[in-house]
Amino acid sequence: MLLTVILAVPLAAGLLGAAISWRRAVGWAMVAANAAVLGLGIALGIETDHRHVAGGLDGALRADALSAFMVVVIGAISLLASIQSIRYLEAEIARGEHSTRHASLYSLLVQVFVTCMLAAVLAANLGALWVAVEATTIATTFLVGHRRSDKALEASWKYVLICSVGIALAFLGTVLVYFAALHVPGHPSGASVLDWTSLVHASHHLDPAVVRLGMALLVLGYGTKVGLAPMHSWLPDAHSQAPAPVSALMSGVLLTVAFYALLRFKAVADGALGPGYSRTLLVIVGLASLLVAASLLLTQRDVKRMLAYHSIEHMGLIALGAAAGTTLAIAAVLLHILGHGLAKAVLFLASGEILLVEGTSEIDKIPSLLARRPLLGGIFGFGLVALLGLPPFSLFVSELNMIRGELAVGLGWAAGLSLLAMAVIFAAVMAHGRHLLLGGRGATPSATSRLVGVPLVGGLVACVFFGLSAWPLQSLLDAAARVVVR
Amino acid sequence: MRPGGALDVVQLAAGVVLAGAVLALWRKDLRALISVLSLQGAALATLAGVLAAHDGDVGLGVVAGVVLVAKGLVIPGLLARVVRADPGSRETAPLVNVPASLVTAAVLVVLSYLVAGRLTALFPDPLTRLAPLGLATVLVGFFVLVTRRKAVSQIVGLLLIDNGLALTAFLLTAGVPLLVELGASLDVLLVVVVLQVLATTMRARFGHVDLDQLRELHD
Repeated sequence: MLLTVILAVPLAAGLLGAAISWRRAVGWAMVAANAAVLGLGIALGIETDHRHVAGGLDGALRADALSAFMVVVIGAISLLASIQSIRYLEAEIARGEHSTRHASLYSLLVQVFVTCMLAAVLAANLGALWVAVEATTIATTFLVGHRRSDKALEASWKYVLICSVGIALAFLGTVLVYFAALHVPGHPSGASVLDWTSLVHASHHLDPAVVRLGMALLVLGYGTKVGLAPMHSWLPDAHSQAPAPVSALMSGVLLTVAFYALLRFKAVADGALGPGYSRTLLVIVGLASLLVAASLLLTQRDVKRMLAYHSIEHMGLIALGAAAGTTLAIAAVLLHILGHGLAKAVLFLASGEILLVEGTSEIDKIPSLLARRPLLGGIFGFGLVALLGLPPFSLFVSELNMIRGELAVGLGWAAGLSLLAMAVIFAAVMAHGRHLLLGGRGATPSATSRLVGVPLVGGLVACVFFGLSAWPLQSLLDAAARVVVR
Repeated sequence: MRPGGALDVVQLAAGVVLAGAVLALWRKDLRALISVLSLQGAALATLAGVLAAHDGDVGLGVVAGVVLVAKGLVIPGLLARVVRADPGSRETAPLVNVPASLVTAAVLVVLSYLVAGRLTALFPDPLTRLAPLGLATVLVGFFVLVTRRKAVSQIVGLLLIDNGLALTAFLLTAGVPLLVELGASLDVLLVVVVLQVLATTMRARFGHVDLDQLRELHD
């Protein structure tokens, strides 16, 4: 019942937004719905803390600690993004860029997008998970192209085509795992064969050769949606062209929802093959992603493209953490998913506000932001510090623990390479950030809207809180990590 | 499945799907590509229908109907609308010419037999033995996607991949569970709708749908 409500609430807000013409109240209804998702996610987290699994919709939905944690992440970031959506839509309507009909469509699509992500993490069946992840691509295409410029159109084309191909590979991988499961003697047949509970249960009896081929396809396929190299090329375009609240959702949670799918399959593959095989795959894509991010970040001229490449870096780090695969490392991966989501959402939303008030997102054209707009500049600066993994933000703790996990399983060389890439990225981002925040002459400071300031500061405070205190999350993280590690 | 009438039909249908993919490499006329997709859709529906009748599987019978409507009629119809807006449009300059493409296709077929060899050796079943045909269709679809520059050809590449996947799924596992299959078909249909809208918008905006000339976003 709880799981059905979690899906129904955000969808209802979207349908409301589509049914009546845009006004501020509709925006706040979306905010309320996403806040409710966050609240329900926390409730689910408490309920599933002790490996308890809740069902819903005739067994089609199922949640354990891992799903509950992902619901919390989705709820938190869509809450932040939906507050900023009000600001974005009102500004676009005021400038005459959009009609209220466009605003209604936007509300509907954003809420359908959020619902699809929730469906992905709550689906009992790994085939249904695939359907939900593919549906997120469809829902977000027109959001990427919402600004209707030539570049946005090109970005949406690339986005749909590359992600659909990637996800097709994941489908083939899923079919192969299904094939292996059907050939396990005594395994129940019927639709429940692809349920992750029964797959993990039967994983020791799956044929290793088939699972090996399937897992390679799954890493490549879902890796496309995660933004892992070599199938990352859509990401900088789509994330830089989408409206800021959509970028925040795509970068902050959609990438990691796809990674959630990989974690589920990793549990199955590790049962069949032992941890070595998926570790090798994840180390390869993780290091390749770090290399891509490190080599291309330095030359970026646009704030949002810089942030997009930064996402590729963090997905690479998460892949390496998952490769280590110890309970400590997986708990750190999950904390990193939350911390990166919050910090990246804050930065994308801040860059949306920069674009709105400055008229450009090119780094060269917006110097000395800190002097001119102290609050906005401050948020952006602290967001960058958080994203670079400095204390007291939670990303510091999670990166440290991921590296500890990698050292524990003999991946010290990979950890070393990742630190090297992070150092290069650190230097590049610092150079960009210094110019943006401090460069040029100071001018008279102007204020920033409270609609922007309050949620963004809130996001950063949450990020600091989880960096300093393990308290509310630790038992949920451990329970969720045990789901993956076994 | 024992050798006989039903298996013959399945083998023929699987062969038609791969032959269609190779035909798509050969023909440059965009309308011909769309007919190829219809043909593949019909072959897939026949294959699923025969399997359903053979196993007495009602769910798979429903899937066969859905495949016939979606892949055989609706999706080709949507693509035909894009092409009709631009009559006489051809894939003029693929990155790899036709003879080289056909040779590549042959290599890809051999490759898929090598990759799937493990599968067929482990589970020597007449249907599993056909699975390399599905894999080869997927690979040829990839090749179309990366070497063709017209928007419609790229959509065709994507759909070839999808048809290859459907073929593989039917042969290996008699399709995925019904609800998943329905969801997946709906997703593919929506992706084609989305791509059709984007292609139409691009045509209205740029006066062409040649993706080589879209080069604003790069690093």
